[in-house]
Amino acid sequence: MPEKTAEKHVTDKAPAPGAVAEAGPAPAKARSLWSDAWHDLRRNPMFLVSSALIALLLVMTFAPGLFTSASPRDADLAEHYLQPPNWGHFFAPDWLGYDGQGRSIYARIVYGARASILVGVGVTVLVTILGTFIGMIAGYFGGWIDSLLSRLTDVFFGIPFLLGALVVLTTFENRTVWVVILALAFLGWTQIARVARGAVITVKQADYVVAAKALGASTGRILMKHILPNALAPIIVVATIALGGYIAAEATLSFLGVGLAEPAVSWGLDVSTGREQLRNAPFTLIIPSVMVSITVLSFLMFGDAVRNALDPKLR
Amino acid sequence: MGRYVARRLLQMIPVFIGSTLLIFLMMYALPGDPVRALMGDQAFDPAVVANIRKDLGLDQPILQQYANYLGGLFQGDFGTEIGSQRPVADIIADAFPVTIRLTLFAFAFTVFVGVGLGIVAGLRPDTLQDRGLLTLTLVLISMPSFVLGFLMQYLFAFQWQLTTPTVRDSMNFGELMLPAIVLGSLSLAYVARLTRTSMAENLRADYMRTAVAKGLPKRRIVGVHLMRNSLIPVVTFLGTDIGNLMTGAIVTEGIFNVKGVGNAIYEALIRREGATVVGIASLIVLVYLATSLLVDLLYAVLDPRIRYA
Amino acid sequence: MRGAKSAKWVAGAITVALAATACGGSGGEDSEGNKGSGPAGYVSIDVGEPQRPLIPADTNESNGSYVIQSLFTQLLDFDAKGEIVYTNAESVETQDSKTWTVKLKSGWKFHNGEAVTAKSYVDAWNWYANIKNNQQNSFWFADIKGYDDVHPEKGDPKAETMSGLKVVDDTTFTIELKDRVPYFNYKLGYATWAPLPKVFYDDPKAFGQKPIGNGPYEFQKWDHKKLIQVKAFKDYQGPNKAENKGIQFKNYSTLEAAYKDVVSGNLDIIRQVGPTDLPKYKQDLGDGAIEQPYAAIQTLVPAFYSKTFKDIDPKVLQGLSMAIDRDTITKTVLNNTRTPATSFTPPQVKGNQTLDTDIFTYDPAKAKELIKEGGGVPGNKFTIQYNTDGGHKEWVTAVCESIRKATGVDCVGDPKPDFATDLEARDNDEVKGMYRGGWVADYPVNVNFIKELYHTKAESNNGRFSDKEIDDLMAEGDKASSLDEAVKAYQEVEKKLVEKMPAIPLWYYRINGGHGEGVDNVNVDFHGDIELPQVTVK
Repeated sequence: MPEKTAEKHVTDKAPAPGAVAEAGPAPAKARSLWSDAWHDLRRNPMFLVSSALIALLLVMTFAPGLFTSASPRDADLAEHYLQPPNWGHFFAPDWLGYDGQGRSIYARIVYGARASILVGVGVTVLVTILGTFIGMIAGYFGGWIDSLLSRLTDVFFGIPFLLGALVVLTTFENRTVWVVILALAFLGWTQIARVARGAVITVKQADYVVAAKALGASTGRILMKHILPNALAPIIVVATIALGGYIAAEATLSFLGVGLAEPAVSWGLDVSTGREQLRNAPFTLIIPSVMVSITVLSFLMFGDAVRNALDPKLR
Repeated sequence: MGRYVARRLLQMIPVFIGSTLLIFLMMYALPGDPVRALMGDQAFDPAVVANIRKDLGLDQPILQQYANYLGGLFQGDFGTEIGSQRPVADIIADAFPVTIRLTLFAFAFTVFVGVGLGIVAGLRPDTLQDRGLLTLTLVLISMPSFVLGFLMQYLFAFQWQLTTPTVRDSMNFGELMLPAIVLGSLSLAYVARLTRTSMAENLRADYMRTAVAKGLPKRRIVGVHLMRNSLIPVVTFLGTDIGNLMTGAIVTEGIFNVKGVGNAIYEALIRREGATVVGIASLIVLVYLATSLLVDLLYAVLDPRIRYA
Repeated sequence: MRGAKSAKWVAGAITVALAATACGGSGGEDSEGNKGSGPAGYVSIDVGEPQRPLIPADTNESNGSYVIQSLFTQLLDFDAKGEIVYTNAESVETQDSKTWTVKLKSGWKFHNGEAVTAKSYVDAWNWYANIKNNQQNSFWFADIKGYDDVHPEKGDPKAETMSGLKVVDDTTFTIELKDRVPYFNYKLGYATWAPLPKVFYDDPKAFGQKPIGNGPYEFQKWDHKKLIQVKAFKDYQGPNKAENKGIQFKNYSTLEAAYKDVVSGNLDIIRQVGPTDLPKYKQDLGDGAIEQPYAAIQTLVPAFYSKTFKDIDPKVLQGLSMAIDRDTITKTVLNNTRTPATSFTPPQVKGNQTLDTDIFTYDPAKAKELIKEGGGVPGNKFTIQYNTDGGHKEWVTAVCESIRKATGVDCVGDPKPDFATDLEARDNDEVKGMYRGGWVADYPVNVNFIKELYHTKAESNNGRFSDKEIDDLMAEGDKASSLDEAVKAYQEVEKKLVEKMPAIPLWYYRINGGHGEGVDNVNVDFHGDIELPQVTVK
């Protein structure tokens, strides 16, 4: 559930006393914040491990053929129905066994990475763009625009995410990866919008913004050149951590039957197929479940490391 | 204070109307006609379908339908289900108590275990137990609830035969334990992390140094000074989380066969019982709005620096 | 014996139960929280919440049908072989297949003591058929003369009664049909033809919550979404008098939960064991395991208006049929819950025959050849539409892969998130390739599986198959003066269907249920329902 990240308290309601102080990056040392962060990250084992895993998943996404010669769709019911894993055969089609359709689970794991990664990254990018835009407008202009946009944010925030996604996705006939991305982004932008608004409100009172205004810079220039770069850190922190949540959301929705559908390959789908075998052949359920968890974990660790680096106060 | 509350209450009105309208519109946009679906895939008479739709007011324009719905709602009428012809209020009255039990159970679990773990870790940052807790919570967060649910079901029911795989009596606290733990564990992880971070941070705060310097007993320093300040973000999170717990129950209730709101709303969605979906969703939105107001008011209690004008 | 029930919804109902596994949750014990199977001598069975109020003509799904059939008895019923058994009727006779004379047994009573008379039937049927009353099964009365007056296509009814129904005396009435229907008496076994007591008309809505019927059981209570309880009716006169004291219909929304309760003795009968437990249920239940075929079939129906299957050569469809490895799929993916099909009608119906053809045999080489001869599948790709809330995903995927592997024709599922969406696409002619068809017998005659599915004007012919030769042959069969002749004529139609391929039959259904040690004599009727009145409590 993406809206549940630990950052919520930081950004949630304007009156939170800690919020204002925490959300503001150190504006005067903008450049060194990023380079400092990079310096920290390189030494963080959590970051290194998670980056390696993510890199692996990215390669799976774009070149699954490198990992297996088996196809995720080829089924041989007569020969391989629910054949248990052969743990010694590393990277062979029968390594992780075969599912209830007689398909290689290993191949499905490899090809399933694509859906998870595309949805995770796609939703995060869209949500960041949309949320930042709305939050910036609301935070910078204030007044009735802020009231209006904030209420709009409240409306979307008030709709339970899972319920909303269920309803929205049911309306679509052909649920491709892109539809899932759009639907999740449609419901998920509120958190970033709130963070961005809070950050912008803090930044806009900074001296250099006042100075730029006094020098007659255009609104667009102020927003893009001065406000955005300085409000970016908290947004990136929230976005990276939410990414794992979107991957989990895709798996959950596919599991519930409203996400991706056959013949698309998705771990969530495989979990829902495997649930019938919980008593009989539990590996068909457990292996894709573990894969979802590892992937979400990688992105969470990654996000955590980035947060620690960008927000030194938390250490 | 009174004025603040009044203003917040006023702001809630457009948000409530907006969310319900949005859900209403989404339900309306769904393909599939609930009346037609009643007929199944056997032969049926389109005239009967048209007639029933007319009786139910489903042939009116969408905004008219929404106005009718809201009008009924303000008179306490949640509408009637198309299929069973039961009042939606009855269905809500059946399902809500179960989910509230489950949610409260999960919530209590989250608060006690989560805050407890957080304190243990936060008091001694960067020790082994702190690292252990961080890892554990990361693992918990990274498991979507269906994964955790199946894992628990597999281990407790099938491997060790300790419980039944599904709940038979939804009002029985003992049977609700497993689903409540699954439901609460994600929040638990967040709460533990939040508490830990916030404690670790406040340990270095000036007022702590002052308190120690004043020679106050440790119990008092931790209990009053540290806890009170550290729990503010935790309370915020918990407040907004009740709504999430209630909808997160869609998955958990499904896996464990608990007959609460999650089940009711999913079934209603499949049968296109718009009134039921919107009714339950509106109540959840209300719960969410109420808790977030409550949380903001709690700030004032926890943090004397905050005064609402 | 209980009446025929249109259980095309069975698939739907089991499916809803399965879907509920994905997300359900309205299972649970009965309201008092008393474990065990309720009052002594009662039999408990997993039957979920009926979708509609309990009015015979407003119920077409399997949960409601179970309850309706325990509370109401129609004129006649069928035995396990599909032969007519008279229940409330003494006889139903005709000379010309057009005018039918019904004689009732005397001395029958409703549960409130009111006598069951010819008028109880005629008034009820007139009420059911009236458009104003919006009964789902009203079209079942469409054969009767005067139906169009009470149920015009548009506007208000022109009459309150159908002119074809005439009460002769207290125990006799006549039915005049619009045209000859040689198998009309078979239709009368469907639950919709039940009589109603006078109190019904005072307040139909209240009646639907607390029905009073003439069946083997009388209504006791309905605890919504938990339990419906009925008790044996002392004054019942029919051959299917209850052998037990009553029945509890308990609502579970997961098959797993119900199954667990059967194993632990908290529930007596489960209608269908869930997929999770299927591999092991025979071990668990021993003699209590029930595995029996019943009169239902699953098919793949091409949408003959779609780009892919418009004007398709039937040879291509025959080829596709031969590319499906029915044996392996039923044994693995379907866990032996189905039997491979060998014709268009299931073995339990009158007129089922062995067809002299090999189109139901898996033969990749011949399949390829036939598809090639027929000009191939346009685009070399097609879709199978199904609803994801129904447990169909697994077999659709398996069928697709079987076809793809055998012939190289790409086949993918076209999932609709729920049954409502699936049906809408079928109604509106929006199916892109094939859809999954399912049909459970309304009455055990082959006509039911042929005319209602493949006649150009049949309501359920959603593939819009239309063939003049077939229609003419059916018209011929309907002119027959006896049932046997009609059945024979329809057997000829079925032989022609093999050449025309309006659908690809896949397999027949089996019921895979079970019962605990507390009950005995658990039998299954021809359309897969448990014969509840026969069940005895040990």
